[in-house]
Amino acid sequence: MALDKPYLDVPGTTIFDAEQSRLGYHLNQFCMSLMQAANRARFKADERVYLDEWPMTEAQKQGVLARDLNACIALGGNIYFLAKIGATDGKSFQQMAGSMTGMSEEAYRDMMINGGRDPRWGTV
Amino acid sequence: MARISASVYTSHVPAIGAALDQGKSHEPYWARVFAGYEFSKQWLHAHTPDVIFLVYNDHANAFSLDIIPTFAIGTAASYAIADEGWGPRPVPPVVGHPELAAHIAHSVITQDFDLTVVNKMDVDHGLTVPLSLMCGAQDPVHGAWPCAVIPFAVNVVQYPVPSGRRCFELGKAIGRAVRSFDAPLNVQIWGTGGMSHQLQGPRAGLINRVFDNAFLDRLVADPAGQAAVPHIDYVRQAGSEGIELVMWLIARGAMDDVAEVSRGAPPRELHRFYHVPASNTAVGHLILENA
Repeated sequence: MALDKPYLDVPGTTIFDAEQSRLGYHLNQFCMSLMQAANRARFKADERVYLDEWPMTEAQKQGVLARDLNACIALGGNIYFLAKIGATDGKSFQQMAGSMTGMSEEAYRDMMINGGRDPRWGTV
Repeated sequence: MARISASVYTSHVPAIGAALDQGKSHEPYWARVFAGYEFSKQWLHAHTPDVIFLVYNDHANAFSLDIIPTFAIGTAASYAIADEGWGPRPVPPVVGHPELAAHIAHSVITQDFDLTVVNKMDVDHGLTVPLSLMCGAQDPVHGAWPCAVIPFAVNVVQYPVPSGRRCFELGKAIGRAVRSFDAPLNVQIWGTGGMSHQLQGPRAGLINRVFDNAFLDRLVADPAGQAAVPHIDYVRQAGSEGIELVMWLIARGAMDDVAEVSRGAPPRELHRFYHVPASNTAVGHLILENA
């Protein structure tokens, strides 16, 4: 019997389940490596060289290089792991979250101050 | 015997810790968040327990994808503060309570919950932000948290995460375990995380005041009913990271009124606070005291 995944049709949302985790294992473990200051320095010095040390797919590497967090998530990344890239870049969590919405940083921040995104978004 | 005197529930948004650590707590944006914890700080100061059993989730800091425990209990004597990529928060290390933690681990595992026993781990903002909110800023070297803390980490990062029902039943088991510890300890149990928020994808920034406030009402008055709510309802209505709220059901399950033996009276609601936003997240907070 197939697994029940009732969350697949939630708009604008990728649930990080065991299957996504399998796909993103090396991408996410690369992110974990950025918790160490020496690795952050090496990554910043030459991102491509550092990424090539990891058995990630080329698409995952391109997603990281472009800081395209939506692409990284589609390829198995998880936001708490990807946040280590943002930390390396000096970005706040709000800047990272906002970068996935197509909104400007200011527009996203203002949306949050005004009560956040309507929970019916994408369904009406 | 040990007893559970109260339960505390709060969001654990990392930006709250950063605001405190960077001296921004008086800025209007953050002052509105911290105002909701003024009563709580005074209350905790006057009612400091011997031990806080603190339910939280690790955010890819202590646990990478190498090992993903669903429930992990900290049995160490102390815990270092995690470097989450921005450097460790400048707060004191966390002192554990190995005797009570080992007792709870033994008791809860024999009640059929498979805990991972952790003797060494760093603790991240999920654990330290609630302590900061409830205790105020503490000097990282000369300061100290007011009591011992038992960290209890729940996987809410990789699906499937434990169901609300399982969390609620686990809370009951933890309550039984505490009540069977042969020393007169005053224990609080804290449930943290939530409320509505989504940190990923084009739907990031979702907030649902109606859902959150209904959750607060029902957690107090009908926790068994709330425990029956499936994951998908949280995901659709409270955002993909709103699922953290199942951790509040662990703390609620440990309260006297839902204990299966010698059931107590409903808890007193001492304090409630709700505010939007802190960064990407709705902040919710409750204090319930056993009658």
